[in-house]
Amino acid sequence: MVAETLWRRVWEARWSYVFMAPTLVLAILFTFYPLVASWYISFLDWSGLDSDREFVGFANYVEAVSDPYFWNAFGRTFAFAAVTVPGTIGISLVIALVLNDQALRMRVVFRTVFFLPVVTTTAIVGIVMSLVLNPFDGPVNAALLYLGLIDRPIDFLGDPNLALWSVAGVYVWKWMGISMIYWLVALQTVPSQLYEAAQVDGAGRWRIHRHITVPLVMPFAVVICLIGFVGALQTFPLVQAMTGGGPAFSTELVEVYIFRLAFAAEYQPRLGYASAVAVFFGLAVLVLTLAQAWGVRRAATSQRELRGGRP
Amino acid sequence: MTSIPQTAIAEPVTSLADEAARRPPVRRRRSYRRELVVTVILLPVCLLWIYPFLWMVSASLKTDTEIFGSVSLIPEEIQWENYARAWYEANIGPYFWNTVIVTVASVAIVTLTTAMMGYVLGRQRFPGKRLVIVAFVATLFLPEGYTIIPIFELVNRLGLSGSLWGIILAESGGAHVIMIFLFAGYFRQLPNELEEAARIDGAGFVRTFWQVMLPLAKPAIATAIILSLMRVWNSFLIPLVLTLARPELRTLAVGVYSFQGENMTDWSGMAAASTISLLPIVAIFLALQRYFVEGVAGAVRG
Repeated sequence: MVAETLWRRVWEARWSYVFMAPTLVLAILFTFYPLVASWYISFLDWSGLDSDREFVGFANYVEAVSDPYFWNAFGRTFAFAAVTVPGTIGISLVIALVLNDQALRMRVVFRTVFFLPVVTTTAIVGIVMSLVLNPFDGPVNAALLYLGLIDRPIDFLGDPNLALWSVAGVYVWKWMGISMIYWLVALQTVPSQLYEAAQVDGAGRWRIHRHITVPLVMPFAVVICLIGFVGALQTFPLVQAMTGGGPAFSTELVEVYIFRLAFAAEYQPRLGYASAVAVFFGLAVLVLTLAQAWGVRRAATSQRELRGGRP
Repeated sequence: MTSIPQTAIAEPVTSLADEAARRPPVRRRRSYRRELVVTVILLPVCLLWIYPFLWMVSASLKTDTEIFGSVSLIPEEIQWENYARAWYEANIGPYFWNTVIVTVASVAIVTLTTAMMGYVLGRQRFPGKRLVIVAFVATLFLPEGYTIIPIFELVNRLGLSGSLWGIILAESGGAHVIMIFLFAGYFRQLPNELEEAARIDGAGFVRTFWQVMLPLAKPAIATAIILSLMRVWNSFLIPLVLTLARPELRTLAVGVYSFQGENMTDWSGMAAASTISLLPIVAIFLALQRYFVEGVAGAVRG
C-alpha cells in the first residue's frame, strides 16, 4: 500500500522530475560522479589515461601522510588563508563603513572601482601582476625606486621568503570587492533610526559603530568569514599564473601541488596519488568548514539569547 | 546558508542604492566637510586600486623599450600592431572565439537548466525533494581541485576531448547551488493564482512554466546570466586541463597563460592579449554594474 501511494505521488510529480533531469544529469556527470570517482582513483596506482591501473589500497594515503611536499603545501595553504581572510575582511569592512554613508555622492563610483578586480579573469590578472611586480622593469619597483623608498628592486615573486605573501597581497586586492558587497548588505540591515537616535544622544561615530553596528552585523560577519575562508583555499588560477608554485616550491599550495602531480609532472603523471592528496585535502576542508558552521550556529543561538529571544 | 534565499532582486535599484531621501538632514555642514575629506582620500586610493589595469592598457600601446624605460602611462606613439601581433601570431583571435562560444553555450545551458530546477524546487512537491536539496547544498564546500581528475578522465572517455563540448559541458555541470536557490526563491514568491489561471486556460506543466512563469522571472534570469557569465569567462582550471593536449581549443585565460610561458619577453604583446581578454567582461560589468553587485549580494542574503 505504502509503495503504491509513493508510486502515485512520484507519477503525479513526473513533470517535476523531467524538469530536474537536465540539471541532475549534468550534476551527476560533472559533480557527483567525480566526487565518488576521486575516492576510487585514490586507491589506484595510475599514471595516465592509456596506462594500466593497479589497485594499491591505502598505499597512496600512507605515502601522502609522510610526504613533506604535501605537508608543506598543506601548511602553506592554511597560512595563506590565515593571512588573506582577515586581510580581506578587515579592509573590506573599513571600505564598506566609509561607503555606507548615504551622503557620499561618489560612492557608486568608488564601489564600482573596488569591485572591478573581482569580475576580471583571475589567471590573466595573475600574469599582469607578475609583470607589474617584476623586479627589473615592473612599475611597482620603478615607482618605489623613483620615490627613493628602496635602494634596489624588490624581487616580489622571485624571493622564496616573499613570494607567497606577494601572491597573498594580490589575492586580497583581487577579492576584497566581494566581501565589501557582503558588508554593505550587512550594514544596510541596521535600521537608520538607531543611528539617528544615537546621534541625537550625542554619540560619536566610533561609539555608534561600537555599540550599534558591530553587535547587529555580527551574525553576517561569521557567514562572511566562512565564505571568505572557503574561497581562500581555492587559489589555483592566481598562484599558477603568478608563480606556478615557485620559486623553490615556496608558493606551492595544495591545489597547485595536485595539478603538478597529475598534469605537469616532470617524469610521470600520478593521477592516483594526486587524487589521494585531493581527497585528503577535501576532507580536511570539509571538517574545518563543518566546525566553523557549527560555530556559526552556536554564535547565532547565543546572540539570540542575548537579545532576549528576538530573532 | 542552508535556507533558500528570499532574494530581493526584484528591485535591484532600490536595495543598495539611494536611501538618502529617507534621512533627515542632520548636521549638514559637517557632513559636507566629511564628504570632501573622504572623497579626497579615496580618489587616489581608487586610482592605485585600478592602476594595474591602467598600466596594462598603457603597456599594450607602447613598444617594449618604452615599457621598460618610462614611468608615464601615456605612450609616446600608439602601437596598435601589438594587438595585431597578439591576435594573429599568438593566436589570441581563435582563443577569443573559443571563449565566446564556450561562454555563450554554458551560460545558456546553465541559466535554462537552473531555472527549470529552481522552478520545481520552489513551487512543486515531490518525493525526494529533501534529498536533492541536501545533496546540492553539500557541494557548496567542494574545492575545485577535488574533482578535476575524474572530470578529465570522463571527458576523454565520453570522446568529448576533441571539441569545445567537453569544456562547455564540464562548465555547465558544476552544481550551481546559488543559482538554483536564486530561482527557487524567486519562483516561490510568485502568487499561486498564476498557475491556477494557466491551468484553467488549459496550459500544461511545460506551457505554464515557459509562457507564464519564466517570463516573470526576468530579474532572476538577468542575475543568473551575469553570475554564470563571470564564472565561465574567467574559468581557468577546467579549460586548462581539458586543452593540455589540444592547444587549438584553448580559451583566453589558458591562451594568455601559455603566451606567458612561450614569449616571456614580449611584454607589450602580453599586455595586448590581456587587454583583449579582460575588455569584454569589464565592459559588460561597467554597463550592468548594479546587477553584478546585486547578484553577488544575493549570495549572502540567504
